[in-house]
Amino acid sequence: MGFKSYCFKKSLWLFHFGGASCNNCDIEILDCLTPRYDLERFGMLLVGSIRHADVLLVNGSINKKDKPRLLEIYEQAPKPVLVVAIGACGCTGGIFAEGNTFAGPVDKIIPVDVYIPGCPPKPEAILAGIVKLLGKN
Amino acid sequence: MGTNLFYFLVYPGFLFMAVIGGLLSWFDRKITARVQFRKGPPLLQPFYDFFKLLLVKETILPARGAKGLFLAAPVFSVFGATMAGVFILLPLLNITSGFHGDLIVIFYLLTIPSLTYVIGALSSGNPLAAVGASREMKLILSYEFTFLLVLVGVIIKSGQSIDLYQIIHTQQTGVPFIGSVSGVLLFIVAIFCLQAKLALVPFDMPEAETEISGGIFIEYSGTPYAMIKLSKYILLFILPAFIMAILMNGTKLEGINILWAVLKLVAVVLLLTLIRNTNPRVKIKQAIRFFFVWINLLAIIAIVLAIFGL
Repeated sequence: MGFKSYCFKKSLWLFHFGGASCNNCDIEILDCLTPRYDLERFGMLLVGSIRHADVLLVNGSINKKDKPRLLEIYEQAPKPVLVVAIGACGCTGGIFAEGNTFAGPVDKIIPVDVYIPGCPPKPEAILAGIVKLLGKN
Repeated sequence: MGTNLFYFLVYPGFLFMAVIGGLLSWFDRKITARVQFRKGPPLLQPFYDFFKLLLVKETILPARGAKGLFLAAPVFSVFGATMAGVFILLPLLNITSGFHGDLIVIFYLLTIPSLTYVIGALSSGNPLAAVGASREMKLILSYEFTFLLVLVGVIIKSGQSIDLYQIIHTQQTGVPFIGSVSGVLLFIVAIFCLQAKLALVPFDMPEAETEISGGIFIEYSGTPYAMIKLSKYILLFILPAFIMAILMNGTKLEGINILWAVLKLVAVVLLLTLIRNTNPRVKIKQAIRFFFVWINLLAIIAIVLAIFGL
């Protein structure tokens, strides 16, 4: 493992994109940053601007209004950027998969590195997903 | 020439300041985590962040903006911080005695990083960055005058000396300036100026992350952002070191005194971190009012006390 990829894995900054979410996944993502789970011990930070981000967290069903915005956000991110789809809606569409305005799960729009299913996934499940993400690269 | 380059690039200069600044930045984040009952990042975290931004990430230039200025601003911010740091650390570490009037040069050089952040933000063409830049400019206008008043107080206490080496020498032969009433007042004023200069939380409205999502740094990515991080690390080291030099007896680099020097530095950074963790962000209007009315009043009281020798 090279020096570059080691530094990259030790310092992943997260940017959170919420689609048409019911807010449960948003709350569980924020739970990961609280004292009990504390993602900062792995060097992860929640950043405010997509220009600083290394990981794009996407949750919620992506409808026709969200799709161009998600594409725009993905193109604005400096590469390399990893994409994590969180929750049933992010992974497959969940109960919205048959819906009129549904524009496809996240991996039909942008390439996804890790899927974390659950409705909502527990913070432990999100941490397990992140660990898989670290092992993958 | 060779020794000057060594001073600038290696020992009290760039490399030394970057390493110590990175470690202090870790200390700041660790204390923040401990205050919030979290575990906190590992020791080398600031260096991982820096090398990731420098080596791995792509640099994106704004489509509608002054690209040259956008890229030059972070370089100048690192240059300004390093230059000011060299002039502070050479007398402080007792390597050379500086030159006549270096206090004034340091004061001006310490303004360069904030100014270059403003220039870089305005040349990116992002509206949120423009909001951040306007706030940073207002913040500079409010704290620079106060910082100058602190220096005036120090100059009066040291018997009209404008050499940093002379000021440190006066304290080391007599009592440290912080051991008097006016010295304590000047220290309080200086801590608030540092908080604003470093854009830490009560005065972090230029880069307010939850409000204008990064503010002045919103468009920066990759290598230029790494330079900005580096200048922040360097400032986190040299500004407390400057306070140590002008108010807290400087350093003596022999025996047990090295420990006292390190403890003084860490204590000042700890104070800054605790202020940042126990206060909410104020509005820019409140910050200007705070500096112009209350902190200036405190500084002027300190100067009057210093004239009467208290």
